[in-house]
Amino acid sequence: MARMTGAQMVLECLQREGVEVIFGYPGGVVLPLYDTLPQYPGIRHILVRHEQGAAHMADGYARASGRMGVCLGTSGPGATNLVTGICTAWMDSVPVFALTGNVSRALLGKDGFQEADITGITHSITKHNYLVMRPEEIPLTIREAAHICRTGRPGPVLVDIPKDVFQESAEFDWPERVHLRGYRPTYEGHAGMIRRAAELIDQARRPIIIAGHGVIWSDAQEELVALAEKAEIPVITTFLGIGAFPEAHRLSYGWLGMHGMFYANMAADNADLVIGVGMRFDDRAMGRFKDFNPGVKIIHIDIDPAEIGKNFPTAVPIVGSAKNVLPRLTEHVREAKHPEWLQWIDQVREEHPSLHIRESRRMLPQYVVRTLYEETEGNATIVTGVGQHQMWAGQHYFYKRPRQLISSGGLGTMGFELPGAIGAQVALPEAEVWAICGDGGFQMTMQELAVVVDENLPLKIAIFNNGYLGMVRQWQQLFYDRNFVAVAMTQPDFCKIADAYGIRAIRVETKAEVAPAIREARAYPGPILLDFMIDQEENVWPMVPAGAALSETIEAPAEELAR
Amino acid sequence: MNPSTNGYHPRKRANHHTVVAIVEDKPGVLMRVASLFRRRGFNIESLTVGHSEMPGLSRMTIVVDGDSAPVEQVEKQLYKLIDVIKVSDLSNEDIVARELAMIKVRCNNVNRHELLDIASVFRADVVDIATNSIILQVVGDEDKIDGLIKMCEPYGIRELSRTGRIAMVRGTKTTTVHEPEPERIARIHQTQGRRVEGDLPFSSD
Repeated sequence: MARMTGAQMVLECLQREGVEVIFGYPGGVVLPLYDTLPQYPGIRHILVRHEQGAAHMADGYARASGRMGVCLGTSGPGATNLVTGICTAWMDSVPVFALTGNVSRALLGKDGFQEADITGITHSITKHNYLVMRPEEIPLTIREAAHICRTGRPGPVLVDIPKDVFQESAEFDWPERVHLRGYRPTYEGHAGMIRRAAELIDQARRPIIIAGHGVIWSDAQEELVALAEKAEIPVITTFLGIGAFPEAHRLSYGWLGMHGMFYANMAADNADLVIGVGMRFDDRAMGRFKDFNPGVKIIHIDIDPAEIGKNFPTAVPIVGSAKNVLPRLTEHVREAKHPEWLQWIDQVREEHPSLHIRESRRMLPQYVVRTLYEETEGNATIVTGVGQHQMWAGQHYFYKRPRQLISSGGLGTMGFELPGAIGAQVALPEAEVWAICGDGGFQMTMQELAVVVDENLPLKIAIFNNGYLGMVRQWQQLFYDRNFVAVAMTQPDFCKIADAYGIRAIRVETKAEVAPAIREARAYPGPILLDFMIDQEENVWPMVPAGAALSETIEAPAEELAR
Repeated sequence: MNPSTNGYHPRKRANHHTVVAIVEDKPGVLMRVASLFRRRGFNIESLTVGHSEMPGLSRMTIVVDGDSAPVEQVEKQLYKLIDVIKVSDLSNEDIVARELAMIKVRCNNVNRHELLDIASVFRADVVDIATNSIILQVVGDEDKIDGLIKMCEPYGIRELSRTGRIAMVRGTKTTTVHEPEPERIARIHQTQGRRVEGDLPFSSD
């Protein structure tokens, strides 16, 4: 054992946990940690411009790579600025490790300068959090926190360390094992339940799989394909599950929910058996709970037992990871064909194609996404913000692989796009990463453009500029009698903003310029921003109106299609 | 409303469930549990916590209003807290459930004897006596305590304090945990997050 300062211990532990990147912002109480950073050249520190950006970058990094993302902030405002990002990771089960400093122990609870009770504040948005009061607690605490963060249903953790604990020295005692009596995630899945589930699948005439984010986090795409193919079960995904099943597969029927495909919603609503895998039957996906597909039987596979039975009664609950449960389920189900059922969905799809983009001289946002899809041959990693552009990016790009679409689903955090994409690009330096931004959300975190420049990231930034908070405008149009309040925005010249940071920018004003601009951006080796002046009043369709059931999905009205 | 009861009316207990949770004896555990119940909208009728037979672990007895949430969800959500080690739903068990109450009742030389008679019927103890008041201490299930309170109401209740329910399953079955931690880890777990004793260096940053 060696004697070390608390700050050294923190970095030593993070390094042992395999951490290579920290997204952080310095401040008074974390100075001892920053002072120690040069001693750990294996840990790359990326200086953000706002702590919210740090949390989103750690989140984007984790979603793109499957590894734990680490963010760091100082006490008080530094810590509270992380909160939106921590909550974003919490709602979407992303392993984000947040590290904060706090005031010295003698001042804790005395409302010292820049003191915030960040462990109290983040109780309900972390899997677990810690306030470390002695340097000798650091190794076990960081090991436990990282273990909790990454295992089971992943999720954010926070470790708060007072300044003088960073400075104090103690023996470094690295625990080889974590021993937590109150935390034993179940990975295996109950054999009896798996057999019962297989029986239900064998009996079903109209089965459907709804695959969620959990399939991606347990890396179970192949296992999912195997089950779907053996029993010929059509697969739809949740919004966060996009990529869990290759969208070009013949059994893929898109994704369901408020702006999901019409046929996906109808398939979910007319199935006699729903097999939910790694998803949580969220209201945005399922519509009004009490009117979702009366009489359907539900098999629910999830690693978090609390998700099972939370929103819907479950016929067969299976607690375990998709990676383990799916192959065993595949083993037990009989080979089957469901031609009538597939035909039924195909017919709905033919009648209500949902993803058809109409001919128009206007620059339709759907067209921009589809062109991006074609130009990138469906290979790019797409990171979005929240709103209309997010839904179009989910609908009109077709995804092949897990982790290809990165988006804030549960919390719906505007401003996620740019820092999320920075995190993804840091995780995947060779990949083609596109940040698809709303013109509103972009302005919430655009200061992080400086990080793109600092780190020389070849990020492609596409702003969908319609001069509106588009999704809010859509709701005001449809549900508030066109009473447009506080949605029109005077946008700055985004190209000049990019220019001010030394980032190349192109304004795209006509439909004809879309493809050439995308080609130019792709050919350019560095970061580039495209400001797409999209049609201002385009709405997202199909739509399940707020509070409606999936069966009440409406499609684009004729007058909108005539625009 | 009878002013002497301060509006106190015994609640109906049709759908109350007793849940026992074994939790780490650590700072913040009570807040985690309480904040979970608040956030999920589970109504707590009472919550009682104290040391258990296992060092480092506390036993929490929570009475949940089953109309506010299915007890199964309450159990599962509790299990999600890392500091919660074991949750037992005693709703369908044969249990002994007790609560302690202290009731400070208005009285005088004339009616004190009546009160003492009532107390003896309820096997309540007199733990303090003064010229104008008396403190009764009673142990029992909620119905018994409600009964005594009702009998005291006409005299005027100055103060009432109840501990909330604690419960145990009859017979050999227990809610205990048989899983000691390695000594080295236990040592850190038992101090983790606790205030350091003695003077700490003052520094303001």
